[in-house]
Amino acid sequence: MTTAAEPSSTEEQAEPTTAGSDDQASTQEAGGQRGGRSQFVGSDRRVFLAMLLIPTTIHVLIVWIPTVLSIVLSLTKWNGIQFSDLEWASFENYDQIILGAFQQDFFQAILNNVWLLLFLFFGPTLLGMFLAYLLDKSIRGGRIYQSVFYTPVVLSLAVVGFIWQNIMYDQEFGLATWAFGGGENVAWLGNQEFLFDFGGYGLSKNFLAILVAMAWRHTGYIMVLYLAGLKSVDASLKESASLDGCNEWQTFRHVLFPTLKPINVIVVVITVIEALRAFDIVYVLNTPRNTELLSILTTDNLIGEGADNIGRGSAYATMLFLLCIGFVLWYVTNHYRNQEASV
Amino acid sequence: MSGRVQRSPNPSRVGFPLTRRKFLVGGASAVGAAAVLAACGSDDESTDTGAGDDGSGAFEMGTASGTVRVGSNYSDAKPNEALKAVLDSFPNENVTIELNEVDHNTYQEQIVAYMQDPPDDVAPWFAAYRLVPLASAGLLMDISDVWTGMLDDVLSGGFKQASTYDGKQYLVPWTFYSWGIHYRKSVWDSVGATPPEDWDGLLALCNELQGQGITPFASGNDGRWPAMGTFDQINFRLNGYQYHVDLMAGNESWTDDRTKEVFARWAEILPFHQENPNGREWQDAGQALVDGEVAMMTIGNFVGDLFPAEELDDLDFFPFPTLNDEHGQDTVEAPIDGWVVVAEPANEAAAKEVVAYMGTADAQNTYLSIAPGVQAPAEGVDTSAYNALQQKSAELVQNAANVTQFLDRDTLPAFANEAGQAFADFLNDPSGIDAILEDLQSKAEALL
Repeated sequence: MTTAAEPSSTEEQAEPTTAGSDDQASTQEAGGQRGGRSQFVGSDRRVFLAMLLIPTTIHVLIVWIPTVLSIVLSLTKWNGIQFSDLEWASFENYDQIILGAFQQDFFQAILNNVWLLLFLFFGPTLLGMFLAYLLDKSIRGGRIYQSVFYTPVVLSLAVVGFIWQNIMYDQEFGLATWAFGGGENVAWLGNQEFLFDFGGYGLSKNFLAILVAMAWRHTGYIMVLYLAGLKSVDASLKESASLDGCNEWQTFRHVLFPTLKPINVIVVVITVIEALRAFDIVYVLNTPRNTELLSILTTDNLIGEGADNIGRGSAYATMLFLLCIGFVLWYVTNHYRNQEASV
Repeated sequence: MSGRVQRSPNPSRVGFPLTRRKFLVGGASAVGAAAVLAACGSDDESTDTGAGDDGSGAFEMGTASGTVRVGSNYSDAKPNEALKAVLDSFPNENVTIELNEVDHNTYQEQIVAYMQDPPDDVAPWFAAYRLVPLASAGLLMDISDVWTGMLDDVLSGGFKQASTYDGKQYLVPWTFYSWGIHYRKSVWDSVGATPPEDWDGLLALCNELQGQGITPFASGNDGRWPAMGTFDQINFRLNGYQYHVDLMAGNESWTDDRTKEVFARWAEILPFHQENPNGREWQDAGQALVDGEVAMMTIGNFVGDLFPAEELDDLDFFPFPTLNDEHGQDTVEAPIDGWVVVAEPANEAAAKEVVAYMGTADAQNTYLSIAPGVQAPAEGVDTSAYNALQQKSAELVQNAANVTQFLDRDTLPAFANEAGQAFADFLNDPSGIDAILEDLQSKAEALL
C-alpha cells in the first residue's frame, strides 16, 4: 500500500522538470517531420546513422544478448563446463525454485528484497530528509554534522559490513552488545529467528541487523541529496510562507516538500535500485541464514564450486531480471505518459 | 575471519610450528626406487610437445624435458615459500618449472573456468568427492600410471582411495590434517577430567564440567561449515563409513531413522555447547578454548593456529568417542590436499614427473621443513619435526580403516551448501529437525 503511494507521488513530481525539455524535443521532432528527409544531406545522414547504430549495437551486444542468453540458459541443465553436457530442461529450474525444493529460499529472498525496499523508504529516506531539513537551518557546526553523516557514504557496503560485524555486532565485545545487551552476549548476526513470522516466512532478526547497518550509510546519502535540494529552494518562498502564518510543519509539507519533487524522483529511483541490487553487505557477512537476497542466490548458483547447475542460477537471475524490468517499464511508461500529458 | 568462508579450511592454508621425533626411510631412496619402476600407463595417445616422453606409455622419472607450468594457490607466505623450495629441489635438471601464483580464494571460486582453459600443466586441488565434478567432466588427466609406477610404494591405501574416481587416480596427495575433540591438558588436569571412551563417558564428563562451571564444548558456526564436523563424527561413529559415503552421494535418505538418530545424539550434547553458534566465528570459539573458558572443541588440528607457540604443548585431542561398537573408532576425518594434472597439459611427461615428485617423502619433507603446520601423507616422511599433536594425528590417519574428507569435500558442493543451511537451522532450533530434514532430503533429491 504504502510503497504504491510513494511512487505514485513521484509521477506527479516528474512533471515540471521534464516538461521543459520535452517541449523542446517535441518541437524539434515536429520540425523534422515538417521538413522531411530532404533537410539531411548525405553526410548528415551517415553521421546520424552511425550515431544511432553504434550505441545500439554496443548496447544490444553487451546488454541484451547476454540477457537473452541467460534466459535461454535458465531453461537448461548445465554444469557450465562443456557445451556437450548442456541439456534442455524446459521449465524444470523454475519448477524447482518456485514450487520445488528451493521454494523456501526463493520466496524468503524475494521477501527480503521487499523488506529492504520498504525499510529504505521508511528508515533512511525519512531520516535523511529530516537531517537535511535540520542542517539546512544553518545551525552552528552544521558543516561538521554534515561531514559526520556523510562520511559512511564513501565506504562500500562491503566495508560497512565488516565494520558493523566487528565493531558493532560482535557477540561479546560489540558496541551494540555493550549498549543493548544488558551484560549478556547477543547474537546480532547469528540470530535467524523471525521477528514476525507468517507461514515459515518473515523478517529475521539478523536481516534487520543488516538493514540497520545499511541505513547507517544510506541515510547520509539521502541527506546530501535533500540538502542539495533544500539549498536551491528560493528563500523568498519560506519567507512568504512565514508571512502567511504557516507553522514549521506546514511550511515543510506545503511549500518546501513540493519544490523538492525532482529530488524525490531521484531518491525513489536510487532506493529501488539499491534494494534490487543489494548484495555485497550480505555476501561479506557470509550470508547469515535467512538473509538471502535474490542476487545472492543467483551468484551462489553461478560462480564457485556450488555452481553445479548454471540453469538454476540463470533462473534466479531471470526472476531478478523480471522484477527489475517490471520497475523499469513502470517507470518509463509513467515518465512518458506524464510527458505526453504535459505536451 | 574476514571474507567468506563457506568451506572448511584447506590443509595447505593452516599451519602451526611443531616439534617431535621419529625418523623413517629417507625420501631420496624412494625416488630412486621409483625411477626404475615402469608401469603400464594409459597415455598412449599422449601428444606431448617437446617432452622427453617417447610415447611408450610407461611412466618413468627423469625422462622429461622442456618447460612445465605449475599453478599455485599457496598464496600465504609460509606455504608459498615452502612450495618454491620444493619445486627448486625437483631432481630432473632438464625440466624448467614455471610457477603461476593465483590468490587462494580466487582460485577456488574460479576453479571451473580455470580448468576449462588451464594456463598451467599441474594444479593444486582436493581429494575425494571434490575431484568428481572435475574428473567426470574430463578436465583432469588420468595419472593412474604415476600411481602404479611409483606412488603405490610410498602412499597407503586410504590416500589412494581418496585420489581415485571411477577406478582411476587423478590426484597426488600432498598434505592433510585430521578432526577430533581438542582440549587443553592443563585445564583438564585442574578439573580432573580424562578423555572419554564412549558416549556415556562423554555425557558424564559434560555434566561434570558443567557442574564445575565450565562450558564443555566451544561452538562457532559462522560460514556454516564447522557444524558439519560434529555431524560427520556422530554419523560415522553411529552408522559407519559406508553410510557416510552413501548419504553424501544421495544413496541414503536424510529422513531415514539412522540419520535422525544422528541428530538425536547431537541434540543430547547440544546443551553442553556455547550458545548462539551461528553468529560466532570458529576462531572466537577456539579462542575460548585457548583461554580455558571452555573445555573442548570438535575441530580440525588447525585450531592449534590459535595457540601461542609456547602453549601449543598444552593442546591435545582425542578421537570422537565410540557410539556403536560395530564401527568403533574405525573412521578418521582427514581432509587431503593434493596435485592434479590438467586434461591436456602442454608438457605431459614433465607434468607427470612433477606430480610424482610431489608424492615423494623427499618433496614433502622439504615442504614440512618450511611450512610445518600440517602432516604429509608419504611413507618415509621425516616426522621428527612433528609435535605430539601432529604425530598423533598422522598415526591416527595412517592406521585408520577409513578416511573421510569432511562433508563439504565428500559431496557435491552445491549440496554441501544446503546441508550447511540445514545444520544452522538445526542449531537454531533443534526441535524443528523433522521439517529441516524433509527439506534437506528434497534438496538432496534435486541436486544429487
